[in-house]
Amino acid sequence: MPRPFAIINEDGSCAPEYLSVVSDSELRYLIEIALYNRVFDQRMILLQRQGRLGFYLTSTGEESTIVGSAFCLKSNDPIFLSYRELGALLIRGVPKELIMDQLFGNEDDRSKGRQMPVHYAFKEFDIPSISSPVATQLPHACGFAYAAKQKKTGQIALGYTGEGSISEGDFHMALNFSGAFKVPAVFLIRNNGYAISTPESVQTAAETLASRGIGYGVPGVQVDGNDILAVIKIVREAVDRARNGMGPSLIESLTYRLGAHSSSDDPSGYRTKEEEAAWAQQDNIKRLQKHGIWRGVWSEAIAEEKIREYEEEISGLIKKAEAKPMPQLDTLFDGVYQSISPILQKQKDEYKRFLYESKSSRKGH
Amino acid sequence: MVAIQEMNMIQALNNALDLYFSREESAVLLGEDVGRFGGVFRVTEGLQEKYGIDRVFDTPLAEAGIVGMAIGMALGDLKPIVEIQFADFVFPAFDQIVSELAKYRYRSGGQYAPKVVIRMPYGGGIRGGHYHSQSPEAYFAHTPGLRVVVPSGPFEAKGLLLGSLNCPDPVIFLEPKRIYRAIKAKVPVEFYTLPIDKANVLHEGEDLTVIGFGSVIPMISDAVTELENEGYSIEIIDLVSVAPLDMETIVHSVKKTGRVLIVHEAPRAGGIAGEIIAEIQEECFAHLQAPLQRLTGFDTPFPYSLEKDYMISADKIKYYARKVMQYQ
Repeated sequence: MPRPFAIINEDGSCAPEYLSVVSDSELRYLIEIALYNRVFDQRMILLQRQGRLGFYLTSTGEESTIVGSAFCLKSNDPIFLSYRELGALLIRGVPKELIMDQLFGNEDDRSKGRQMPVHYAFKEFDIPSISSPVATQLPHACGFAYAAKQKKTGQIALGYTGEGSISEGDFHMALNFSGAFKVPAVFLIRNNGYAISTPESVQTAAETLASRGIGYGVPGVQVDGNDILAVIKIVREAVDRARNGMGPSLIESLTYRLGAHSSSDDPSGYRTKEEEAAWAQQDNIKRLQKHGIWRGVWSEAIAEEKIREYEEEISGLIKKAEAKPMPQLDTLFDGVYQSISPILQKQKDEYKRFLYESKSSRKGH
Repeated sequence: MVAIQEMNMIQALNNALDLYFSREESAVLLGEDVGRFGGVFRVTEGLQEKYGIDRVFDTPLAEAGIVGMAIGMALGDLKPIVEIQFADFVFPAFDQIVSELAKYRYRSGGQYAPKVVIRMPYGGGIRGGHYHSQSPEAYFAHTPGLRVVVPSGPFEAKGLLLGSLNCPDPVIFLEPKRIYRAIKAKVPVEFYTLPIDKANVLHEGEDLTVIGFGSVIPMISDAVTELENEGYSIEIIDLVSVAPLDMETIVHSVKKTGRVLIVHEAPRAGGIAGEIIAEIQEECFAHLQAPLQRLTGFDTPFPYSLEKDYMISADKIKYYARKVMQYQ
């Protein structure tokens, strides 16, 4: 199998023709975002271990794929997230307080505490709502792109998915419909090797996942997902194609999930320490920082200082979000429909009567 | 003066869609064979020609893709209407409907509320066998966030479809295909809406409340005409909204009559009749004069050769209505 497209060499250098992929200041910004993503994830998984957070999913190992791809969009291009793409929110400029409010499901959570941690939705930043059933967001990306084309808004839709999720019918329908209607959409597969415990080899006999596009008339390409410049170059081409009316693209970004699937998972049961260590060796953040050092925009000293700064900021965010009360009881019943139905109002009244008459405490909620 | 025309349900629905498309620039309609062909039942006939292939179009043959795409279109500020060719074919789209469409408003804290109306012909009586005859309303009624609306005639079909399109919530719009062309009625040619959350008292009576929706309503009306000749006074309620239920109208009627017969074509177990009965006994226990009676489809798959045995009929309705009336 040919090596996927890559730009950054092992020593951090790159060929001169790729120096223009991002400017020095952009490179510095990307390193900071990717590093923030890493620090944030590590802090939140610890918090989960301490029993202070219900659940968490990290991006660890995949930051360059996520940050790099989201970087290629305009600020009003909708991003249809899978559930492992914190970096996309950071690139989009979603306030970190809002991200933390969602994780704690407190009264300021834009989603009113109605979803598990990491299932974000931020309409003002064109981040539609994440759901747990995988690949369901991809037909939405196709439909949104159709609407953007029809309304001539100039937007394109980016849909993220994991490599396991592309076994779902929704992936295939999204690709087929997108090709058939030539919509401005980009589908990015984060091929991180595992769907919880199931390796890619169980999902398919196909040699590459990018080849899935061929059957739908959608160009598919592989990229080294641990190389942020390569990701940006490839995604940018796909975004330009979409923006210029040339239709959808499929990108398979080859990377590795260095962490567990989620806070409820322990990978030691299904993969070896040696395998993990080999991938950790080629950690994308190390590679990205090496490139920054080679370009003279980054140093180990800056990294240390930044990590300290981020940890402090994140601690402050946690403290603040943790202290906020849970959403009001009304939010349990309201918002199922635009206005509450009489039959649901009856259930709400019954529950309030129960609380009152039984003097039942809602403490611990 | 309001112009009125004789229309069957197909014509009334087509007229409703035409009016909606002419008023609402963001309206789009997608489904299988809905374009040039005008749908297998011809409900969308002429719409593509009039409003263009970008707004009324055929899709690849994949229901989950159709509904999923429509949700995305709604997120992108279009107003999509989906036709599922037969209600029996909706199940590949079940996840997109119950986990995505129905939950989007709630799970995003009201930030997003993608609105899609999903139309589909349902029910038996056309010799369609199991896969062209089912009544799947209970699956959707069990899903918080969905409205399930069923018209019972041409006038209702037009007003309720336009009401559904104007409503901010997602709607499963079940069209009783058995009476698509069987009944003609006077329908105003102008735009009008009917409330999609209110049951309709079609006929007032004192002794028995018969509740149904969709294709069984004309049968109930026929049966009641005969029963009233026998001296019974019977109230007919057209449910209209299978979900959420309008219990206020039902409770008001049952407190008056004390006797109830609920009719639907779908299988009994887990069906809507059971839900209504549970609510009635909570609200009207002291007023009841007879056991609450259901007349439903059997808990079998929908048959082919023995369709007539399975189907609701005026004779079955009369038999069970008398049974309830004669209970002492």
